[in-house]
Amino acid sequence: MTGWQDSNGRDSAPPSTTKNDDVVASEIDRLDGSSGDTLIGRTVTINRPPAELYAYWRDFPKLATFMENVVSVEQIDAVRSHWVVKAPGGKTVEWDSVVTEENEGSSIAWSSAPDAEVRNSGKVEFREAPGGRGSYVTATIVYDPPGGAVGKLIAKIFQREPAIQARRDLRRFKQLMETGEIATSAWTRKQVEEENA
Amino acid sequence: MRALTWHGKHDVRVDTVDDPEIVNPRDAIIKITSTAICGSDLHLYDGYIPTMQKGDILGHEFMGEVVEVGSGSTLKKGQRVVVPFTISCGSCFHCSKHQYSACDNGNPADNQDIAMELYGQPMSALFGYSHMTGGYAGGQAEYVRVPFSDVGPIVIPDGVDDDKVLFLSDILPTGWMAAENADIEPGDTVAVWGCGPVGLFAVQSAFLMGAERVIAIDHFPRRLELARKFGAETINFKESSTYEALMEMTGGIGPDAVIDAVGMEAHGLFVDNVVDQIKASTFLGTDRTHSIRQAIVACRKGGRVSMPAVYGGIVDKFPLGAFMQKGLTLKTGQTHVQHYLPGLLAAVLDDKVDTTFLISHRLPLEQAPEGYKMFHDRQNEVTKIVLKPGMAPQ
Ligand SMILES: NC(=O)c1ccc[n+]([C@@H]2O[C@H](COP(=O)([O-])OP(=O)(O)OC[C@H]3O[C@@H](n4cnc5c(N)ncnc54)[C@H](O)[C@@H]3O)[C@@H](O)[C@H]2O)c1
Ligand SMILES: [Zn+2]
Ligand SMILES: [Zn+2]
Repeated sequence: MTGWQDSNGRDSAPPSTTKNDDVVASEIDRLDGSSGDTLIGRTVTINRPPAELYAYWRDFPKLATFMENVVSVEQIDAVRSHWVVKAPGGKTVEWDSVVTEENEGSSIAWSSAPDAEVRNSGKVEFREAPGGRGSYVTATIVYDPPGGAVGKLIAKIFQREPAIQARRDLRRFKQLMETGEIATSAWTRKQVEEENA
Repeated sequence: MRALTWHGKHDVRVDTVDDPEIVNPRDAIIKITSTAICGSDLHLYDGYIPTMQKGDILGHEFMGEVVEVGSGSTLKKGQRVVVPFTISCGSCFHCSKHQYSACDNGNPADNQDIAMELYGQPMSALFGYSHMTGGYAGGQAEYVRVPFSDVGPIVIPDGVDDDKVLFLSDILPTGWMAAENADIEPGDTVAVWGCGPVGLFAVQSAFLMGAERVIAIDHFPRRLELARKFGAETINFKESSTYEALMEMTGGIGPDAVIDAVGMEAHGLFVDNVVDQIKASTFLGTDRTHSIRQAIVACRKGGRVSMPAVYGGIVDKFPLGAFMQKGLTLKTGQTHVQHYLPGLLAAVLDDKVDTTFLISHRLPLEQAPEGYKMFHDRQNEVTKIVLKPGMAPQ
C-alpha cells in the first residue's frame, strides 16, 4: 500500500489519527478480522532503503534488540514466533504470533494466536520516502486484551502507554538502522544493565 | 573519577563518581585536559533549566586525550581531540545536510518526548545540559564518554596549546556561525548585542567575512574594551540609548545586519519550570527578549537578523510588524559545530582568529564550584574560566 488515500476515502491522514470511530473500527477489521480496541499508528523516516529495513524486521528474534519490553522472540517456523514480554514484578507474559500476510520488502502483518493472553495484531510497512530520504516506516498495532478496560491493562502489562512505547521503539529502530547503535546516556556498562533490567 | 555535579540552584560540587566506560561501539573515552565554564552553564547554576537531576555532570566545552576506543571509533589512543558540544550521529538526514545540531539520533528515545511536546520535533543531544537534550554526562570531569566519536571530535596536532583550540568545542564556531548567518556583504555595518564569548567571536568573524564596521553593545566596560581590541566601535547601553546611538552611527540607515548574542542569559528571567507544565507554554517571559526586539527595530530595511542567542519558549511582544514591514530575514539555531571544525581549526592554527584573549582565569577542577561563583558574580572581569583536572590549587 502506498499513501493513505484509499484506506478511508476522505483525506490523506492515517487512520490512527482520525477522530472518527467508524474509520478506526473498519481499519481494525481490516487488520485482524476481529474487533479490537486500541489502534496505534506511527510513522518514522529512516535513512535506509525499505528492503534493508524489511529484512532486519523480518528476522523476528532481532526485534528484542530495540523493543524495550520484549525479552525474546523465538522463531518457531516460517510464520510462527514465540514472544516473551516483560510484565510488572519481574514477571513475563508470553504468546505465539503468526504472520498473516507479507509482501517481500514492503510489509509484514501479524496476529497473536487465538489463545494469547494479550491479543494483538499489527502491520509494519516500509515505503520508499521521497527525495532519497530512505523509508517511511509505519507500524500499526491493535491490542484486544480480554475483558475490555484496554488502556489500563495494556499499560499495566507494558508499564507504559502502548502508543508511547511504540513511538520509542520505532525511534530505537531508527537509531539502530541509521547509526548501528542505540543511543544511551549511560556511561558505565552497569548503568546500561540497569536500564535494560 | 572526580566530576563537577549539579545539586540544585547555586549548588554544584566536585564529587567522586564512576569512571566512564565504552558503552556503544562508536564511543571513545577522553581524559580531560581542559574544560571551560560557559555562559549557558550559568543557567543550570541559576536553576532555570528544566529536566535537570541531582548528580548530573555538567560541562560541554572540553578537550583531552583519547584513552579508550570502541570498535566503531576512528580515533586512536593518545590522540588529542576537541569535542563538539552537540552529539551528532553523522548518518541521519540532518547530519547528511551538515545540520548537525538537528541530528535525529543522539538523543535517547525516551528523552525525545519532552522536546516533541515543546517544539514539535525532538531535539538533538548536547553534553552536560539537562535531560531534554539527552541527559549525557558532561566534560567538567576527569574523564568523559564521547558517543559517535568517529564523527564529532577533531584531532589536534601536537605542540598546539589547549588554550588555543579549546573554544572550537562551542563558542568559536557559535560566533562564526552567527556572522555567517548575518550574510555579511563587503561594506556592511554589523551590530552585535552582547560582548560575551559568543559576541566577541562574532565580532572577529564579522570582520573576517568582510564587514567594514562592527558595532558591539554591552554594559561591562572590560568586555567592551575587548571588542574594541578587535576593531569594533562600542555602545555602552547603560550610558547611551542603543537605538539612538545606532541610528546616529549609521546615518539613520540602521545596521545592515544585527546579531543577538545576548539571549535569555541576559536577565536570567527564564521561568522556573517543571516538566509537566511544559505543554502549557510555561516558558513565557517578556523581558528576556529585550535584545532581539531592539535588534529587529534597529536593523535597516531589507537587512538580516542573526540570532545565536538561546531562547527556550514562547515570547511576547515580538515585533512581528517591524519584521515584516522592513522585509527582514532571520537565521538562528544551535551551532552545527562539526561542520565548522576543520575550517576553524585551520584559522586558529594560522592565527587568523585570536582565542586565548578570552581566558581570564584558570583553575583546577577541584575548585570548579568557586569558578562558578566567580563567573556568576563578577561578569565584568571574569570573561572565561578554564578548568584543568590535576592543576595545582590556586
Ligand atoms: N546557538 C548556540 O549554539 C549557542 C552556543 C553557545 C552559546 N549560545 C548563547 O549565546 C548567548 C551568549 O553566550 P555567551 O556565553 O557569550 O553569554 P554571556 O552571558 O557571557 O554574554 C552575554 C553578554 O550580553 C550582555 N548583555 C546583557 N543584556 C544586554 C543588552 N540588553 N544589550 C547588549 N548586551 C547585553 C551581558 O552583559 C553579557 O556580557 C547566550 O544566549 C548563549 O546561551 C548559543
Ligand atoms: Zn557553551
Ligand atoms: Zn544525525
